[in-house]
Amino acid sequence: MASTDFSRTISTPAQHHTFERSGALFARVHIDLILLLLIVLLACCGLLILYSGSGQDIGVVKRQAIHFALGGVAMLVAAQIPPRAYQLIAPWALAFGSLLLIGVLVAGVGAKGAQRWLDLPGALPRFQPSELVKLALPLAVAWFMASRPVPPRFRDLIQALAIIMIPTVLILKQPDLGTSILISTSGLLVLFFAGMSWALIGSMIAIVTALAPVMWFFVMHAYQKQRVLTFLNPESDPLGSGWNIIQSKTAIGSGGLHGKGFLQGTQSQLEFLPESHTDFIIAVLAEEQGLIGVCLLLTLYTLIILRCLYISSRCETLFGRLLSGSMSVTFFIYVFVNIGMVSGILPVVGVPLPLVSYGGTSVISLLLGFGLIMSMYTHRQKK
Amino acid sequence: MLGQSIRDKSFERRLFRARAIAAAILVLVCISALAWRMIYLQVTLHEKYKNLSENNRVQIRPVAPNRGLIYDRNGILLAENIPAYSLTIVPERVDNLEETLASLNELVGLTDRDLEQFEKRRGYRRPYEPLVIRQSLNEEEIAAVMVNRFYLPGVDVEAQLIRHYPHGEAFAHALGYVGRINQSDQNKIERDDDNRRRYSATTHIGKIGIESRYEDILHGEVGYEKIETNARGRLLRTLERVDPQPGKDLTLHLDSRLQLLSAELLKERRGAVVAIEVETGGILALYSNPGYDPNAFVTGISYAAYEELTSSLDKPLFNRATRGTYPPASTLKPFIGLAALQAGSTNWNYSIRDPGWFQLENDDRFYRDWKREGHGRIDLEQAVVQSCDTYFYDIAVKTGIDNLTPFLGQFGFGKDMSADVISATAGILPDRDWKRDTRRGSWYPGDTVNLGIGQGFMTVTPLQLATATAVLANQGKWQIPRLLSAENNEPVVMPHGNIEDIQLKDSNNWARMSKAMENVIIGAHGTARALQRNLDFSIAGKTGTAQVVGIEQDAEYDSDALQERLRDHAWFMAFAPVEKPQIAIAVIVENGESSGRTAAPIAQQIINKYLGGAEG
Repeated sequence: MASTDFSRTISTPAQHHTFERSGALFARVHIDLILLLLIVLLACCGLLILYSGSGQDIGVVKRQAIHFALGGVAMLVAAQIPPRAYQLIAPWALAFGSLLLIGVLVAGVGAKGAQRWLDLPGALPRFQPSELVKLALPLAVAWFMASRPVPPRFRDLIQALAIIMIPTVLILKQPDLGTSILISTSGLLVLFFAGMSWALIGSMIAIVTALAPVMWFFVMHAYQKQRVLTFLNPESDPLGSGWNIIQSKTAIGSGGLHGKGFLQGTQSQLEFLPESHTDFIIAVLAEEQGLIGVCLLLTLYTLIILRCLYISSRCETLFGRLLSGSMSVTFFIYVFVNIGMVSGILPVVGVPLPLVSYGGTSVISLLLGFGLIMSMYTHRQKK
Repeated sequence: MLGQSIRDKSFERRLFRARAIAAAILVLVCISALAWRMIYLQVTLHEKYKNLSENNRVQIRPVAPNRGLIYDRNGILLAENIPAYSLTIVPERVDNLEETLASLNELVGLTDRDLEQFEKRRGYRRPYEPLVIRQSLNEEEIAAVMVNRFYLPGVDVEAQLIRHYPHGEAFAHALGYVGRINQSDQNKIERDDDNRRRYSATTHIGKIGIESRYEDILHGEVGYEKIETNARGRLLRTLERVDPQPGKDLTLHLDSRLQLLSAELLKERRGAVVAIEVETGGILALYSNPGYDPNAFVTGISYAAYEELTSSLDKPLFNRATRGTYPPASTLKPFIGLAALQAGSTNWNYSIRDPGWFQLENDDRFYRDWKREGHGRIDLEQAVVQSCDTYFYDIAVKTGIDNLTPFLGQFGFGKDMSADVISATAGILPDRDWKRDTRRGSWYPGDTVNLGIGQGFMTVTPLQLATATAVLANQGKWQIPRLLSAENNEPVVMPHGNIEDIQLKDSNNWARMSKAMENVIIGAHGTARALQRNLDFSIAGKTGTAQVVGIEQDAEYDSDALQERLRDHAWFMAFAPVEKPQIAIAVIVENGESSGRTAAPIAQQIINKYLGGAEG
């Protein structure tokens, strides 16, 4: 009975017949065709929106296309590497990343009162170690949980939480509240997928809620508080910190159902909308393509996430499932936080819209993440 | 062991699948929340945000109306608007003002005066209003700025119409000038909401003279432009425009031929000419010398140039025609004569023997005649012709101050009777109350003696004397003096006020006095007989020699020139032709001494020009 289940779930040829035939070439290079197509579709939409959002700057679009190309290569390479290798390097990657984070605190450079970058010697570009940790933490937690029984024992959960706390606290010290929350969430998601009991999840949410006021008074910096206050009442400072959100809501709302037309958005084209090619790019789409365009984009994101969750559940190893699951939902969190902030239901935190906002680091690391998910899914242990 | 492992793996798998489904549901819920939020913003609140975004990009900008033009009675342009290109800066948009000014200096050259003006204007202005840094750019300079505009944020070249007075100095005192709206103008404008709107795009306002008096008519109605701007306020295009209504053109009674002739005749002298059309009261000439270039005030005069104007001993900014108060001297005699006739204290047959002086009863003071040996036996007509002082001492005392002052007042002395001459002064028409209030003393008979020959306390402006002469010429019928004749070629009816015409007990006295005044010129002993040489038209006139009471001592001033300034002022008042008077005139030449040689010929040439028509 158990044996039947096993074979049916993993390797019944009939079930995978179609996919393996049509995607034979892609299977050989460890690429999930459906996910790839969805990503390419999103990238194309992203470039079009970017053209408009950048004030019709073809140079920006070209550079972003190069980011996609580099990210595509990274994705392809990451997909070739077997999960076993990731599992091996996972703890070391986190250790290395944490060391770099300590380095940032000691010798980092930064802007606006926060230290986030490491100046590398020579011609190497500035490097933000938290980007590395974004991948390293779920890897490490998945590595840890994969070697423990499921559902996880309380003891293991405590140890896993300790692993999560190391980079979280280091990033919080920079200070970068947004990133530390996102990174710790990606670690916690591994625990969620590992089967942590709902009771525990509930009590954790309760603890976090209770901790929020403590954070406000003892941990958060003035500029972070300002962002939250602005979020709660953007009109209080219409020309200062409230400007962004008022202008983005105006852009979105004025788009209506059908939008003003490609390149016709007055908010974005006349420079009223700030950061229209980076964090606030969804407002450009909303203004020019209206609710219809936004819904199409949301649908595209949903399809990508659902596909990722689906292939996560079909990974051969527990490590692969935990890692893919966590990364899929993290990707969704980026989408949700970005659109939520631009549309005024979440405070303004510097999160780009995945694969649409302009930015090399973001695009490349996201595509790298998809490469990892594909690797987890496509590599089969030799029998 | 293997089975156990397989069971574990299968359990793991089912557990994960359950969690994946839970995650998928969570994702769908969150996506729905986003979609709901978007529907709320884009559908429910669409109208609100549509308006907000319209207001963002569309701004309403006022457009200044063109100022009305000013013409003289012959249709000659006296004030026009000419295009000028000026370099402007919006300081709010400039990152480094000093650097910007330095590069502009390299491109087009900025003088100290430009910078001084710029600093001055920065003080009072609306935020984001472009400030002029250099006026009247030429084409090369415009090109130099436009080519480099990209590197000069906040800098622009603006075309605007600026006021220009083609005749410059000749009309400065008659027309006044416009200048930039300053803080006190702004405060005045903002007292009235309607004016605040009307002036929302206006940069210049009438400061003085006709430009100030008829500011409301000349200004016009503001227009509006709906313009699309980007977030930085740069104009992208005009969506809609309501044109401004230009101000009305004014036609003045002024005759530029007379005005220019006055300027020519008074050149090198200090003095004033006022000529009035008898029938209408229209002012034909209103000239004061020296003058100044009103165009300098339009673009903003430099401190140095202004200092020069204000410190000059000749007082070029002082309008002698309307504000210069001088003793009327002998020009008052025809009016005193009429007053005495009216009071019955003399008649045309009454004569006295003039020994060359006059004495009051119980007073040993001598009041001398200008002619030391006296005029001998003399009647009223000859007293006017020869300007006999003794005769007028006599009849003035006989008439008495209580009769003289009210009668003289009917001619407008001591009052500003003008309809639209701005800041004209009233002069002094003394009486008992006036002396008690201002000199804290009672009126002595000697004061009346002095008044009899227009000396002492009484002062008049050239405008007042010309007005009184016009009333005299018009046989007592009043037409208040006025500059404005038509708005947009529609004749303007001036309110006449409640001025009563002067009724003489014997209306023949008007003609008799005119005859006497004509003899001032054509009589053998007439004080203005020098005019006989160029007598194209019959003129009735009266000379006057006003004593200069004193002058401020100025150490820097050389004594010759000082001597010159202590000489008597020469007056001449006249009207012509005698039979049917058309023009009345008053001329003063400061320190001109002999009226017959200085003031009277000027008056005659102006009369000849006017009555001689185009060829005269």
